[in-house]
Order: sequence, then structure tokens, then C-alpha cells
Amino acid sequence: MKTTFPRLWQTVVLLVVVGGVLLLALSGYLAPVFRVALHPFIAVQGWLSSRYQALHEFLTVPRDVALLRQRNVELENQVSQLQTQVIQLQQQLREAQILYALLDFARARPENVYVAAAVIGRDPNPFIQYIIIDKGSDDGIRHGMPVVTEQGLVGRVDAVTAGASRIQLIVDANSAVNVSIQSTQTNALLAGSLTGDINLQEIPQDVVIQPGALVLTSGLGGDYPADVLVGQVVTVRKADTDLFQTASVQPAVDFTALKAVLVVKNFKPVDIVPLIPTPSH
Amino acid sequence: MGYLLAFPVFIVLTMAQIGIVSQFHLLHGTGDLVMIALVAWVLQERGRDASAWIWAVVAGLLVSFVSATPMFVPLIGYLVLTVIVRILRRHVWQTPLLAMFLATMLGTILIQFMYFMVLQLTGTPLPWQESLSLVMLPSVLLNLILVLPVYVVMTDLAHLVYPLEEEA
Repeated sequence: MKTTFPRLWQTVVLLVVVGGVLLLALSGYLAPVFRVALHPFIAVQGWLSSRYQALHEFLTVPRDVALLRQRNVELENQVSQLQTQVIQLQQQLREAQILYALLDFARARPENVYVAAAVIGRDPNPFIQYIIIDKGSDDGIRHGMPVVTEQGLVGRVDAVTAGASRIQLIVDANSAVNVSIQSTQTNALLAGSLTGDINLQEIPQDVVIQPGALVLTSGLGGDYPADVLVGQVVTVRKADTDLFQTASVQPAVDFTALKAVLVVKNFKPVDIVPLIPTPSH
Repeated sequence: MGYLLAFPVFIVLTMAQIGIVSQFHLLHGTGDLVMIALVAWVLQERGRDASAWIWAVVAGLLVSFVSATPMFVPLIGYLVLTVIVRILRRHVWQTPLLAMFLATMLGTILIQFMYFMVLQLTGTPLPWQESLSLVMLPSVLLNLILVLPVYVVMTDLAHLVYPLEEEA
């Protein structure tokens, strides 16, 4: 009995102490003690862990770099493929936009029959302004047919082969188009030049032309259909000593960026040369 | 071999000319790839054959076919140029690259002048000063830029062709 009581008391005291410590720990009163006590262990654990990480990286990183490099090459290939696809799609989008614009233009004028053609080249002679398109007599294209885009007049067919045609642009130095200034209903002659500028000639002196006036084909001479937009008047040159006034015109069509055109198939140019009187001998 | 080669070479060059080179402008001048290739070939000609004449005719006919320039001016121009380059080759034979630059410059001026004169004769109004400053001189510069790459390619081509003919 003598030995059991103290043991019982020891156990009770131990349980009370443990319980008290637990209660103190759970209630947070022992946190400073734990912090001080655990600090060296945490420091040692941190050092040990960092050394292990360093060793692990030393043993495994070379293999990872090789894998990463391989993966990098794969991804770079994929990026370049995707970039190529993006460029192709952008190109297709641009072509589609041009074709949609031409289609809208053609739908707005159901009376005309059009053949759409892509511009595939330019004349090698820099003095003249001609383009080559990928449609020819096999597609019904004939000499003299007018060529337009959704923006306005481009020119007319100059030469035809089975699969391609050559188009004389209205900016060519040898080109002459009979036009009408919309605001004044005045007829004039539109001539191209070496530099690609187009000018209105033979405008009567008494006509008042404002910059910005629209210039349309008049249909006179039978070379072009009437009322196709050509451009806008930019500046007017008038001198009292001249018989006629002249004006420079901003073309409606951007001739430097021509990609596709429409050939008006159902317009037959009229050759009026036999009707022009010649002096009889 | 040299004769036959003229057809594929100039077909490719004419396509490149109308599709690419004519799209690049310096002011209003453009390069003439076909003419430079012809000059380079004439300078490479070894004297054993007269393939340069065939090359000039093929180049002239092809350019005359695709261009709206009247009266076969490219054909006549390239034949005249071949004569000039052959004369030049005899006098500047030790420095072919110098001859190449010289012939290209002379050839450009000659052919552009012929274009200008014929267009004037056929009624195209071309002002002389603008033609010189906006078309001819820029074209000369563009052609001089194209000289080196074309000369290198044509030299390689000539080295490929002539040994084969010697073996035969």
C-alpha cells in the first residue's frame, strides 16, 4: 500500500502536469517557449533540406535541361508553324476581303456581266503602265473590254491570249478617257502621264470646277461604259491665255496596290474611227 | 546546251521580271533582270559558240511578247546590246566584273532610250527631262544593284554548262 499511493500520486501529478502543459500549449501561453526551443531544430532542418535540394538538382538538372531544350525546339517549331499559318490566313483574309468587295460591286450592278481576275504582273517597260491578269480569251475576254474594281475605273483590255490578258491602265501616258465632271455635267478628256498622274484636259474656260468634284466616264467615244467612277478633282489650273482649263485628278483606284480586277464582259467597245471624217483629196 | 538553256532561263527570268522586279520602283524606274542576265551571259561566253545571239533573240522575243512596247523594241535593243557587250568584252576582258557594270549601265541607257524614242514616235507624250530623271537614271541605279547577284548566278551557270560541252 505504501508503494502504490505514491505511484498513484505520481501518476496523478504527472497527468495534471501533462494536462496543464497541454492546456497552456493549446491556449497559446507556451508559444514563446516553443519558438525558442524549436528554432535550432528548424534552422538545422532548413540547412539539411537546402543541401538535399542542391544535391537533387545537381543530379537531376542536366537531364531536365536536355528535356527542356528538346521541348523548347518542339515549341519553337510549333510557333513558327503557327506564325506561317497566321500569315497564310491573313493573306487569305485580304484576298477574301478584295473578292467580297468586288462581289458587292458586281451585285450592285446586275446589268453588267463581270469576270474577276487576279493581277499577275506588270509591264517590264517603266515608261508605260500596263498590268497582266490571269484571265484570257478562254474566259470570254476580248480586246477593248473595260476593266474596273469596286473603287472605280482601271483601264481596258489591250491584248489577249488564251489564259492571260494585258490591261492598259488609265494612268498610262498614252491613255485617253472621255469623262464627265458630275457637278457641272461638263465633258472633258482624261489623260495619263509618265508619272502616273491623271489630268483633265479640254475643259471649257467658262466652267467653274470645285476641288472634290467627282469625275465619271461619259461613255462618249464608245470605249468605256458611262458613269463609272474615275476619281476626284484635286486642283484646277486656269490661265486666261489658254483655250481650255485643266485639272489634276486623284484616281479612285490605288494602282500601286491592284490585286484583283473585274472585266466587264458584256460591254462591246465601239470603233468610231471609220466614222471620223477624213479630208478628201 | 547553251542554246537550249536560254529558254528555261529566260522564261523564269521574264516571269520574275513581270511578277516581282517590275513591282519595285525607284521613283518611276524599274530593274531589268532579263537584260542583266543577258549581259552576264554574253560576258561568260567562251568564244566557242555563238549562244549569246540565241540568248538575245529568246530574251527579246519573250519581253516583246509580254510587254506593250511597240515594234519589237526589246528584241532589237537586246541584239544591239549583245554587239556592244561583245565589243566591250574584247577590250575589258581581264576585269569581267568591271565590264559587267559598264555594260549594264550602257545597256540600260541604250534600251531605255530606245523605249523612249519609239514611244515618242508612236505618239505617247513623254517629257524628256522627267523621263531621264524619273525613269532612266533610277533604272540604271536599280540595275547596278542587281548586277552582282545576277553575275554570280550566271557565272555558276556558265561553269556548269561549258565543261559539259568540252567533254562532249
